[in-house]
Amino acid sequence: MSWKDEWKWLAGLAGAFLALFYLPVGIPRFDSAVLEGLHLAKSYAQEHVILCLLPAFFIAGAIGVFLSQAAVMKYLGADAKKVLAYGVASVSGTILAVCSCTILPLFAGIYRMGAGLGPAVAFLYSGPAINVLAIILTARVLGIELGIARAVGAIVFSVVIGLIMHVIYLREKGGQDGTRMMLGDEDGMRPLWQNVLYFAAMIAVLVFANWGKAQADTGIWHLVYASKWIITAVSAAGLGIMLVMWFAVPALKVVTVGAITAVFSLGFPHTPMVGFAVGVIGLSYLTSTQEGEMQEWFSGSWGFAKQIMPILFAGVLVAGFLLGRPGHEGIIPSVWVSSLVGGNSLLANFVASFAGAFMYFATLTEVPILQGLMGSGMGKGPALALLLAGPAVSLPNMLVIRSVIGTGKMVVYVSLVIVMATISGFLYGALF
Amino acid sequence: MKKLQILGTGCAKCMKLAANAEEAAKKVGVDYEIEKVTDINEIMKYGVMMTPALVVDGTVRSTGRVLTPAEIEVLIRE
Repeated sequence: MSWKDEWKWLAGLAGAFLALFYLPVGIPRFDSAVLEGLHLAKSYAQEHVILCLLPAFFIAGAIGVFLSQAAVMKYLGADAKKVLAYGVASVSGTILAVCSCTILPLFAGIYRMGAGLGPAVAFLYSGPAINVLAIILTARVLGIELGIARAVGAIVFSVVIGLIMHVIYLREKGGQDGTRMMLGDEDGMRPLWQNVLYFAAMIAVLVFANWGKAQADTGIWHLVYASKWIITAVSAAGLGIMLVMWFAVPALKVVTVGAITAVFSLGFPHTPMVGFAVGVIGLSYLTSTQEGEMQEWFSGSWGFAKQIMPILFAGVLVAGFLLGRPGHEGIIPSVWVSSLVGGNSLLANFVASFAGAFMYFATLTEVPILQGLMGSGMGKGPALALLLAGPAVSLPNMLVIRSVIGTGKMVVYVSLVIVMATISGFLYGALF
Repeated sequence: MKKLQILGTGCAKCMKLAANAEEAAKKVGVDYEIEKVTDINEIMKYGVMMTPALVVDGTVRSTGRVLTPAEIEVLIRE
């Protein structure tokens, strides 16, 4: 036997032994923190997976397959009009950055081969915050208000930060080295109105299935709430018709799936999740057994699910363990949290955005972490500050950014992000 | 001798593309060499922004997509 190969085993076993030997079970704080982690994971599984995450994966997959990224990139090329470039860069994260690992190459590309430093920075800042999955989950878990504030804040401040960077480095001609952008082929896209209707149907399913109960028992919002499943069903049926008419899915298959879904929905009228889950399985069947773009849509969506679900659940467990559910304590005392980032002082906002800037959040895990922090007494303003600064920069991606634009610009960018996030958090906390 | 390069910063899709390329090259049965380009500045030199991308003998053949082994086979045979 050779220690060269065996030491890893020994270290692993010894580590596991020591961890178990000193395992702090029985200490109430630890025990309840473990339970909190499990409780939080359970509540995510019950409340957010079927009605929210599953349709969101299908929407994200559809964006990747059916919307032309190349068409968007045209507006970020070297010859693009500057004003337009800033506008497009600040919102295009929704379409281009469906996954966080695509942001850095696009950023480097816009900087090196395209519209230059300002638009590249605007894209880098807003991209992670406005990708569809992030907006949907933020709005669902943390409230629609914070979801919208996150998206709007990211878009507005991305332009501001981009412009400031551009002005500071005005004299520099940018890193353009004459390489031409390779834009993927723009294959035969369907007309815009068809795309609009198709995405509208999917978004309607997502929004109405998750429609919250209104406070009053009368009025328009209550009416929407009372008929939300009818609206959801009509939207889903519309989607089915579109699949037959524009995407060449056999009508017989779609009708069969629709009928089975209807049977389950009517059979379990008090647990609409059953019907919804059957519908999702039906859609997976329809898309995965069809050649061509339907299959690409499915594999795109499935890819997101595989990539995001495990990390998200691990994140939820850890967030629950550390911070507890709202109203309960995890391993970290709530007093610490509320004394650091409670209320809406400038300092609290600064601490939140500074910590967020250096912390690494795996895709979407910022949401459960923030939920825990807010439950432990974090103010709304600092919460937004963390949401804005957190996913936009982290220690690992600072290193990549540095290799693209150099140390000086990287430091200026990170400082701007922290300052801007602090200000926007402060304003939001003061207004709402 | 075919030179296949996979451009990508190391996300799951890039690994998948590399595996598919390997599978396709084995099936065609030519001499081949696979190289993973992970440095972002190197990737930019190819003009590629949508990763993963596949480069065959120095020419970019696909960007932003994970090609299936069958699709890569066609590119190798050309």
